[in-house]
Amino acid sequence: MADEQIVIEGLSDVYVAPTLGVRLRRLGRLLWRDKTGMIGLLIFLTVVFAAVFADLIAPVDPNLQDLRSAKLPEAWADSGSWSHVLGTDDLGRDILSRIIHGARVSITVGFFGVLVAMSIGMLLGMLAGYFRGWVDSALSAVINLILSVPYLVFVIVIAAIFGRSLFNVVLIFGITDAPIFARLTRGEVLRIRESGYAEAAESIGASQPRILFRHVLPNLVGPLVTLATFEMSAMIFYESGLSFLGLSVPPSVPSWGNMLTFGRQYLTVYPWMSIYPGIAIALTALSMNLFGDWLRDVLDPRVRRSR
Amino acid sequence: MTAGEHADTAVVRVRDLRKHFRVSGGTVRAVDGVSFDILRGETLGLVGESGCGKSTTGRTLLGLTPATAGSVEFRGRDLTGLSRRQLRAMRPHMQMIFQDSAASFNPRHTIGSIIAEPMAIHLDLDRSAIHDRVAELMELVGLKREWRKRFPHEFSGGQRQRINIARALSLNPEFVVGDEPVSALDVSIQAQVVNLMSDLQDELGLTYLMIAHDLSMVRHISDRVAVMYLGKVVELAATETLFEDPQHPYTQALLSAVPLPNPKQERARQRILLEGDVPSPREAPSGCVFRTRCPLAEARCATEEPPYREVSPGRFVACHLVDGAGSNVVPVEITG
Repeated sequence: MADEQIVIEGLSDVYVAPTLGVRLRRLGRLLWRDKTGMIGLLIFLTVVFAAVFADLIAPVDPNLQDLRSAKLPEAWADSGSWSHVLGTDDLGRDILSRIIHGARVSITVGFFGVLVAMSIGMLLGMLAGYFRGWVDSALSAVINLILSVPYLVFVIVIAAIFGRSLFNVVLIFGITDAPIFARLTRGEVLRIRESGYAEAAESIGASQPRILFRHVLPNLVGPLVTLATFEMSAMIFYESGLSFLGLSVPPSVPSWGNMLTFGRQYLTVYPWMSIYPGIAIALTALSMNLFGDWLRDVLDPRVRRSR
Repeated sequence: MTAGEHADTAVVRVRDLRKHFRVSGGTVRAVDGVSFDILRGETLGLVGESGCGKSTTGRTLLGLTPATAGSVEFRGRDLTGLSRRQLRAMRPHMQMIFQDSAASFNPRHTIGSIIAEPMAIHLDLDRSAIHDRVAELMELVGLKREWRKRFPHEFSGGQRQRINIARALSLNPEFVVGDEPVSALDVSIQAQVVNLMSDLQDELGLTYLMIAHDLSMVRHISDRVAVMYLGKVVELAATETLFEDPQHPYTQALLSAVPLPNPKQERARQRILLEGDVPSPREAPSGCVFRTRCPLAEARCATEEPPYREVSPGRFVACHLVDGAGSNVVPVEITG
């Protein structure tokens, strides 16, 4: 995009505003140039695809128990069978199918957890950053108080009180993660409020709501979306942890954490029962971090050009 | 100051304007009692070294930061007493051109929407009328109308300052404050932008307050010049009068630092070197604020604050040593 950056007198007359299609293609080219971001996005999209179409692509019912073919190893192992590609667990349930269905829990928790956390956090952060004064002091005190409690301990306590359900897990992650979003939003709002363009907007007579919605909010999108991808990967991670501890979804629901729990008892003899769900967790978290890194650079219109 | 002799033509009347900032360990008197008129169609230059309060004066004047005391009369109203909402209604008539053109634009907005924003706020125009007006403004400041969809970072500093000017002029303001509008630009570009501002002034009948530290630029563009030191205006006079015959010892020292283009004159010229640093505005000296560095300071300078008075028609000086006839009682000792 170097050619568009340089203002050449004769050429500038023919400058055409980029259409949506051009912008998408441009974004695609940027993604292609950054291979790690590309890989991250591809893995993540695969997981989302698996979650959405789990019923169609899973080879067998994830809860179908078949004790005759229990504890089968991967298909390429000596006693493996191609009817169960990644093997079966102690009850003869197909591990691949359970991983595909487990993506649903992870993606749901990650997506809605972040949605709840971001909504609450953004609201509080904007209030604190915008009104400053005692509102800021009070909200910051609450934020710091919550952040000072060890995260997992906090989550476990609340999970133990609320009981096991997907809805509760989303709610717990949403509430406990909101302070991180609130803190980022508050800082960004403070920064933007002091920026030259906020003052310029005031000097041309923009009202406070106008400054907030036209100048502050759009400039929050980049940092918040980036944080969201990182937090989503963290939530997927923590959900598996909660499942493993038996504090997430009920054991009958296929989830990556639940699979680890069952696999743990057979770790030395039937390692595939925990290896594959483990790989799924690690890959998903990694992909979101790679993608988030790329997104952070791309969402800043100034950095975008120099990459 | 005597009853404004320019009362009928003054666009802005500033009286005893003060802006104090409370900081830990005291109060910074950034602007401490400045009074001046800005006349219709003129450019008043406001000069002084960094930290003397000239930018704060500009911002306080426009109500971008609330004044601690004093008044700013504009269009028959005292701006310091207005609510935010009332101030907003006055904004179309008074605008500001900012120093840092890169920071004064939202990086996510195209320059078309940046220039259109004041109109979107204050006028009830349809899209095509705004579109036409933006094109007109862009051409007025020497930008191609085809560039409207571009982002600020795609422009050079000089072009960005033109965008700044276009935005400031979009509502036909009466009065424009330029807060060091060209100091961040290359010298060659400075002249272009300054001349553009002059041309627009003639064309549109604008009144400018030009804040600057570049004395040559101020001399070029201003009709009158006010010199600030430590939150106070120490001297104000017509540009040529001030540059030819500075009265206040600080003005004399300041002007003696301007390099002369003729090397012979430059070599022959004698500089007045001030000793020490500017005192902290948190602990301004008693009496005359300049006395700690003034080569002529007397005993009474430490006890009595020199009144800011009109020593001859149209010429204001705040110094005990300048008599009514407008000349130094004591001849200046030239050192260096």
